[in-house]
Amino acid sequence: MNPFHHLVGHFVSCRDVTHLVSQMQDRELSTFERWRLRWHLGVCKACLAFEKQMRFLHEAMRRYRE
Amino acid sequence: MADDFLKQLETQRGYLLRVARLQLRDQALAEDVVQDTLVAALGAQAGFTGKSSVKTWLTGILKHKIVDAIRRKQREPVAASTLDDEADLEDFEGLFSGRGAWQESPADWGDPEQALNRRQFFDMMDFCLEKLPPNTARVFMMREVMELESDEICKELAITANNLWVILYRARMSLRECLELNWFAGGRQA
Repeated sequence: MNPFHHLVGHFVSCRDVTHLVSQMQDRELSTFERWRLRWHLGVCKACLAFEKQMRFLHEAMRRYRE
Repeated sequence: MADDFLKQLETQRGYLLRVARLQLRDQALAEDVVQDTLVAALGAQAGFTGKSSVKTWLTGILKHKIVDAIRRKQREPVAASTLDDEADLEDFEGLFSGRGAWQESPADWGDPEQALNRRQFFDMMDFCLEKLPPNTARVFMMREVMELESDEICKELAITANNLWVILYRARMSLRECLELNWFAGGRQA
């Protein structure tokens, strides 16, 4: 795992990040939330992969209805 | 000309029915709503400018018909308890350690275009959508296919914003898992 993981988890956990990534599709995140999200995604490859999967899912649903 | 248009509409019936059924969870009602949609579309042929696809245009009409149907249904007692049951997050706890870090990193799904250009991918998507708990599927379809705003969905279903976010989270996490298992890990994308 990432050596900075303890530090990352201290601010916002991967579990929290999954909620933020989901919610940013449904509501405006606060500045603080966006900052925490960006910070975490900058150092956590696992969450970055998750975020990519969510973008894929969103795009897949767009194609589904078109 | 009219016949051609009718044929074009008919080809979308299967898709419309799937979308309606996932949201209404009632086969007969879904069929009624789709029938209404096709009749309305036929009457509004002049309103179809060809700027969007027939499918997108029909989805727009279907959206109104479904919202109407849900409103009518809303007068019957709704199973709010079911919605609460489905707002349970325990199923996904196993993905994370006690400190909330991933037990196993989500996989790289590669180039989206490859999957999205395949018809079978959308069959798998249907399969995964059908597997969602009823209300979870309904809420997800309202948000992602009907493109209703969060506050509209909360109002129509009489749920809180928090509840809505949890349900949508569950839907996305379940779909992710289902696709990873059945599409991306199964080597079917190759």
